Amino acid sequence: MADKILKKLYIEVWRQNNAKAKGKFETYTIENISTGTSFLEMLDILNNELIEKGVDPIAFDHDCREGICGTCSLYINGRPHGPDTAVTTCQLHMRKFKEGETITIEPWRAKAFPVIKDLVVDRSAFDKILQAGGFVSVNTGGVPDGNAILISHEDAEESMDAAACIGCGACVAACKNSSAMLFVSAKVSHLAKLPQGKVEAKARARNMVAKMDELGFGGCTNTQACEAECPKSISISNIARLNREYLSARFSE
Amino acid sequence: MQKLDSKIPAGPLAEKWARHKANIRVVSPANKRKLEVIVVGTGLGGASAAASLAELGYNVKAFCYQDSPRRAHSIAAQGGINAAKNYQNDNDSVYRLFYDTIKGGDYRAREANVYRLAEVSPNIIDQCVAQGVPFAREYGGLLDNRSFGGVLVSRTFYARGQTGQQLLLGAYQALNRQIAKGNVKMYSRHEMLDVVIIDGKARGIIARDLVTGEIQRFGAHAVVVATGGYGNVFFLSTNAMGSNGSAAWQCYKKGAMFANPCFVQIHPTCIPVHGEQQSKLTLMSESLRNDGRVWVPKKKEDALKLREGKIGPNDIPEEDRDFYLERRYPSYGNLVPRDVASRAAKERCDAGFGVNSEGKAVYLDFKYAIERLGRSVIEERYGNLFQMYEKITDQDPYKVPMQIYPAIHYSMGGTWVDYNLMTTVPGLYSIGEANFSDHGANRLGASALMQGLADGYFILPYTIGDYLAGEIMTPKTNVNAPEFVEAEQKVKSRLETLFNIKGTKPVDYYHKKLGHIMWDYVGMSRNAEGLKKAIAMIRELREEFWKNVKVPGEMNNLNPELEKAGRLADFFDIGELMARDALERNESCGGHFREESVTDDGEALRNDDKYTYVSVWEFQGEGKEPDLHKEPLIFENIKLSQRSYK
Repeated sequence: MADKILKKLYIEVWRQNNAKAKGKFETYTIENISTGTSFLEMLDILNNELIEKGVDPIAFDHDCREGICGTCSLYINGRPHGPDTAVTTCQLHMRKFKEGETITIEPWRAKAFPVIKDLVVDRSAFDKILQAGGFVSVNTGGVPDGNAILISHEDAEESMDAAACIGCGACVAACKNSSAMLFVSAKVSHLAKLPQGKVEAKARARNMVAKMDELGFGGCTNTQACEAECPKSISISNIARLNREYLSARFSE
Repeated sequence: MQKLDSKIPAGPLAEKWARHKANIRVVSPANKRKLEVIVVGTGLGGASAAASLAELGYNVKAFCYQDSPRRAHSIAAQGGINAAKNYQNDNDSVYRLFYDTIKGGDYRAREANVYRLAEVSPNIIDQCVAQGVPFAREYGGLLDNRSFGGVLVSRTFYARGQTGQQLLLGAYQALNRQIAKGNVKMYSRHEMLDVVIIDGKARGIIARDLVTGEIQRFGAHAVVVATGGYGNVFFLSTNAMGSNGSAAWQCYKKGAMFANPCFVQIHPTCIPVHGEQQSKLTLMSESLRNDGRVWVPKKKEDALKLREGKIGPNDIPEEDRDFYLERRYPSYGNLVPRDVASRAAKERCDAGFGVNSEGKAVYLDFKYAIERLGRSVIEERYGNLFQMYEKITDQDPYKVPMQIYPAIHYSMGGTWVDYNLMTTVPGLYSIGEANFSDHGANRLGASALMQGLADGYFILPYTIGDYLAGEIMTPKTNVNAPEFVEAEQKVKSRLETLFNIKGTKPVDYYHKKLGHIMWDYVGMSRNAEGLKKAIAMIRELREEFWKNVKVPGEMNNLNPELEKAGRLADFFDIGELMARDALERNESCGGHFREESVTDDGEALRNDDKYTYVSVWEFQGEGKEPDLHKEPLIFENIKLSQRSYK
């Protein structure tokens, strides 16, 4: 468990100056990285070296660095959030890499997530899907006492399992169809499992799916790649629930 | 010299808010449609305020630097939210929550504000439940509670170790609903760089579109700043990498006074610092102290062996473990407030009992709870935190005790506001962590979420109406007014200056240096000599920064280094004001510990005769000494006493 030093690593990274520019891979070397260093700290170190050398640093999204804000992305060695399970990139540590390894870093690749610069993509499509119905229509004030709505322990826990989604987009990046079904189904399930959310459950499923299709996400062909790469281990059983909600919404039209 | 008027309503404490609401003005629905409000920041305070104001009918423009409002750092709050529901029948009440908060804050907060906070706290839980926040439930379907530090009742509501996430998603969902309706125009990846004042009133902001680099003007009838705290002045903190004090600092430079800058909270349970390459510190929720026991070895030789890796914690027998919090504070034990727990950890480590290779860590041990409750209960309560710990440290906390150490976490200080949450600039409001008002010198756990949502859902929407009622005849703000042109020009020229220095060292180099100065001299333990030294060192470093920083990239493109440079430039100034404030307050209270002011047994010693006031700093111009104003704190309902958790 003691940390070791990785003497040399090769970082092959996607460089693209803006949305319209043509991108390409560049390879940089980095030396003497502790295995206890996080992946993003390794990029910080590389960037500071690039700045001192007069090279434009690599743009990447990150913020909380504790696996909860969903800002960090990165497709590392062919996997969203890199070679570990149930982590975001900011929780990935260099102990997962080997001495002398070439690490390939790409942005999320999906039509609905256009590249802004280097590894930074535009995920505002996720916000738009939620704006289409990912809420309970209550205003501030005038609501009943919290204990007036009884919710079984199991329902609350199952709802929480789905609500744990951080909206990072790894599911879309992992999917060969760039489908957002896991993301959409997580929100639909979170709310449909609770009595407060049931009232609008059908309309919610219908509107969110319609918006998802409109924004250019692909369809689900049940490969389960999304579940395998989800940093919060959101289950694809949510997709089944979404399908049920969606079908019943269509039948009731 | 401006006079401070806290506008605390007259009357008995429990009636102040009701009376005030009855007396303030209300804007008609037709007039609300004509009024515009800018909300900067989309954390719990900003998102709840923006949504609530839009529901009322105002036209809202909301801003965040993140790529989505859902990513604001409230998302990272773990343990819970307090509310005086008394669901546990353990004799909790509005008064008890009020009392605990005042005492926890070491008698440096306003009675009236804190009472109001406690009073609206039950409504927050109801609101969040209605939005679909999946709070933990008992088997009968009722809401579950846990305990937090500094209190003797169970009043903390939670959603696993992700309460902040779930509450923020609730507010974000309410915000999304208003965005969809067209009542809120959302500007993500936009950073406020100045506030615009016209005829003495806040009328808009200057913001940079972080994707295109374009500097833009936005007008409104009022501006609400909900931009969080300034903990990142220390470089290493539990804040998000982008969290910054710049919006509050621009307000300060435009006349909004800044209160108690030296009051920052050091959280006792964070994963210890690991080497020089570290970029941030990760918090382990205070809720863990419900079930974890804090200890270090009793024998120094054991501590030495632990540091050298010759033995592990499980090799140390029960009788050789010093459960120092239980020993020193028998009545609160592991649940003493954060400032007390942090200092006690530092005291043991400074005395040579630290357990990691740097000697700067103590154990938080779940062995006892697992024996008592079984692993599955602990897993359900803290599973995600244990997983997070394991991913970072490569150690399994179900088997080996966690190593923890204090880290900078929260800013109790912030922009000064009156009872209406308005700053000293008319029409400019500050809510949530960005203001100073409710936590005194130390915030109790699970109270930040409560305050952010209280301000945004239930206080600001009422109080801002009182101001806006006077603005119904004011036309839409003209963003071509000379004040906007001038502010935009200043913002541009500052960015150009930073960009054109073209020195040799990146922004992080200076930020880390500033962080070291702050941690060493303005951190957990402070004295006059060190504070004076810190001020001199900060000035010197700032001068070097402005001569030698290297900002790469382009002005008109996504440029994270340019963003960081602007924020750091403000952190130098904030850091200096913090040191100045800490120097002026020669007493120990809450998170502010002056070595010159301690009791015989080493506990913090307040000096109520001299320092029962809010320190309020007024900007006098670049390079000039700020003026200090004092807002006296008047306690009509609580008798001040030396805080004791023994």
